[in-house]
Order: sequence, then C-alpha cells, then structure tokens
Amino acid sequence: MLRGLRQPFRTSVLVLVWTWLLALVLAPNLLVIGASFLTRDPGTFLSLPVTLENYRSLLDPLYLEVFLHSLYMASVTTLVCLVIGYPFAWALSRVAKERQLLLIFLLIVPFWTNSLVRTYALKLLMATNGLINTGLMEMGLIDEPLRMLYTEGAVIVGLVYLLLPFMILPLYSVFDDLRRELLMASHDLGAGRFSTFIHVVVPLTLPGVLAGVMLVLLPAMGLFFVPDILGGSRNLLVGNVIKNQFLDARDWPFGAAAAIMLTLAMALLLFTHRLSQRRLGEEVEV
Amino acid sequence: MTRWLPRAYLVLVYLALYIPIGVLVVFSFNDGRTGYRWGGFTWRWYESLFSNDAMMQALWNSLWLAVSAATLSTLIGALTALALHRYRFRGKKALRGMLFVVMMSPEIVLAISLLSLFLLVGVQLGYFSLLLAHVTFCLPFVVITVMARLSGFDESLPEAARDLGASDFTMTRTVLLPVIMPALLAGWLLGFTLSLDDVVVSTFVSGPGYEILPLRIYSMVRVGLKPEVNALGTLLLVFSLLMLVLSQWILMRSKQ
Repeated sequence: MLRGLRQPFRTSVLVLVWTWLLALVLAPNLLVIGASFLTRDPGTFLSLPVTLENYRSLLDPLYLEVFLHSLYMASVTTLVCLVIGYPFAWALSRVAKERQLLLIFLLIVPFWTNSLVRTYALKLLMATNGLINTGLMEMGLIDEPLRMLYTEGAVIVGLVYLLLPFMILPLYSVFDDLRRELLMASHDLGAGRFSTFIHVVVPLTLPGVLAGVMLVLLPAMGLFFVPDILGGSRNLLVGNVIKNQFLDARDWPFGAAAAIMLTLAMALLLFTHRLSQRRLGEEVEV
Repeated sequence: MTRWLPRAYLVLVYLALYIPIGVLVVFSFNDGRTGYRWGGFTWRWYESLFSNDAMMQALWNSLWLAVSAATLSTLIGALTALALHRYRFRGKKALRGMLFVVMMSPEIVLAISLLSLFLLVGVQLGYFSLLLAHVTFCLPFVVITVMARLSGFDESLPEAARDLGASDFTMTRTVLLPVIMPALLAGWLLGFTLSLDDVVVSTFVSGPGYEILPLRIYSMVRVGLKPEVNALGTLLLVFSLLMLVLSQWILMRSKQ
C-alpha cells in the first residue's frame, strides 16, 4: 500500500491494465464456462439448475452431424492450405532476401483487408452469372452455367482463400531457420533427396506445420460468414451453430457449450505444438 | 528447372490471391447491366454509394468507432507493454496469459463471451459495447508492437534519468515515449484497420441504434450480387492498403 502511494504512476498503470483485462477477458470467459453448465431461460437467458445437458445435446445426432461436417470441411481446408503452403513457404525462403520482404508484405496485405469483401469477391467469380461461367460459356466450353456457389466446395475454397496466409507464415519462418549445412551434412552422409526430406526437413519443419494447422483449423470452424455468403444452408460451420444459438434461438447455455468445445480443441492443439517444440529443442541441442 | 519452377509456383499462388481482389476492383467501374460482362467504364456505383444516406451514416459510425478504438487500445496497450517491460509484479505471467488468450482464441468465442458480459451487466448494445470489444481485440497487437520496440532499447538511459531525479512518470514521458513513438503510430494504424474490418465480433455486440459498415455490407452480400458492394469493397481495400503501407513505412523508417 505504502509502495503504491510512493509510486503513483506505476500503481495507476497496473490498476488500469489489470482492470481492463480482468473485466473484459477473464470475467467474460468465466461467464461462458459458467453458462455452459446452466439451464436455458427465455427471460433472463440463464437459470439454475446446474446441468451437463448442454454438453449432452452437443452429441444429439442433429448437431453432431453439423459438427462432424464442419470438422470435415475445416480439415479439408487445412489439408489444402498445407499442400499449397508447404512448397510455397519453401520456395519463398529461397528467394533473395531483399525480395522476401516485399513478398511477405504482399502475403499479409489480404490479412489487413476486409475478409467479408474478399469472400464477396469470390462470389463474383463463382456465381451462376459470374465471371467464370460467363467466360467459359463465351468460349463455348460449356453450354449451361456450372453450379459452383452454395456447395461444400465453395465453402472450402472460401476458407482456403481467407486462411492460406496463416498457414504460410509459420511455415516460412521454420524454412527460414532451416540451416543449409544440415541438408548438406545429410547429403554428405549419403542420404538421397527423398531420405533427407523425410528424415531432416520434415522433422525440423514440424513445429511450423503444427502452428499453421492451429491457425487454420479452428478459425475454419468459426468463420460463419463464409457459408452465409458462399455455402447456402446445408454447409454450416460450428460458428454458424454458435451464432444461431446466441442471436436467433437465444439458447445461451448450448451456444456456450459449443464455444467451449472449440476452445478446448484450440488448447489441445496449442499443447501439442508446445510439446513438439520442446522435444525438437532437446533433440537439436543434443 | 530447379530455378524457374519454384518461382512460377510463387507467382501462381500470388495470382490466385490477388485475382479475386482485382476482379472486384475492375467490376466496380463496370457499366454493364446483364450478368458480369464488361459494359464500359462508369463512376455510377460510387455515385450511388455516396448519395446513400444510410450508407454514409454507417461509414461515419465505422470511422468514428475505428478512431476511438485505435486510440484507446494504443493508450492501454502501450501502458501494458511498459508495465510488462519495466515492472516486476505479481501475476505478470497471468497478464501475458490473458493477452495470449485474446490473440489465440477463435474470434467467435471472444464475441460470445463479450456479448454475455454486456447483457448480464446491462451494457446497452451500441457504440459503447462495440468500443469495449474492439479495444479488447486490438490490445494484444499494440502490446506486441510496442514490446518489440522496447526490447532493443538501451536500459542505461531510463536508469540515468532516474539517477538524475526524474520521477517514474517524467522518465516515461521524456525518455521512453520518444522511443516507442513509431510503435505507437504503427499500433494505432493497425488497430484502426482491425476495427474497420471486423465482422465476427461486431455481429454479436452491435445494437440496432449504431449501424457500422461491415455489418451493412454483410446484410447486402448475403442476398446477392450488388454492384455498389464492388465500389464499397474497392474503397475499403484502398483505405486498408494505405493504412498498412503507412504503418510499415513508419516502422521501417524508425529502424534506420
């Protein structure tokens, strides 16, 4: 207390920072955890008794199907991002250093631009009377417009388009750290290209892969506006379910339970990532 | 082959990233009526945008929100970074942990947690709730930017200031503030852009009385293709790009 009086500036800074974070980060998160164990109430949103019912309803076949479909689309998205991003990050790390900066800048530009507008731009291309169909018909390649919008594929394309930079950046950073000498050593010890790739490159870039997966997989389940714009009513994400429960059905406890599942999945991925980094750190030091 | 193949691949992916944006920009000037064929150059969609009162109101609301959220988050973020950098205090790890949670947790989780809080505490949904939410998700970005700047800083200067009898506040104002100034500007610009582009959190915490641009766009694009959206999207892209270039330029210049 005395110390607080002697250092008014320090005290006020700490009080301000702590208040903000406790009130707007810790409290709301605890609230969601609490809400997920309560019962739905039309008037006050939440009421007693304490229950596990909300978590049980997550296993209801109706929702389970949506969750599994969402997980499936998010997994395909992650895989596509990885397949495109891995060689991309490698190629990027081999470009001359002066140019790399510009190229990375070009990669993060989309991150700072409106994702809604970019999703809409995809709709321009894929719509029935959109650019791709108009173009193909004019060239005489197709007679009837292809149905691209409102499909599972459209949602996946949208998610990949929005999330690809998040896969590439962590991969780029591990490729950038990858020391050439290690590859040469492997070559000198008689390993072929394939063998070097499997035994040296893959293990050393694994933390980057995991970080990328983390940054793509979970957002890919939450970006509710992508199915809204590109996917129609059949290709919903967990994000759409949470949004409907909170804003339309007003079933907070259930929405909260769904959100907690998403957070737990995130925590699990973070944990795996930490683990892989630690193990790798030990191996390299030894 | 080993030389051109990786480069061709890089070019291909960049094209895929930028073609949709390019198409949007080009078609914002398209006068065609049927489908998406080119029908000549026009400013028509921009004109109809600027004469739409509700749209203009949403634009001003968004800009005001972005300015205030960026300013407040820069202030609080800078103080947080200073506290983390300079002070020893209990629960420092927990503080870092909370910032990490904000950065890593899916946006939608942040959105519902804030909505729950606002409704239970009785914060009316509108400008104020949006402001609190936007400041919260901008905060970690400002903290990281300022911390990065502070980490390379010579510690003997603040010590010298203290030895010469400057109070903690005076030292921060006269020694540290000039050092972190570029980071503050960059952080402000990034916060501004983040706030202006946010859809997920705003969808949850906005009220009927305060309509903002991204939500207006959202309700427009759900129904179909609207040429005005091309024009609006183009304006937003140009704006964000300017902000980003400006912030990077400030950071780069300060390093030299």
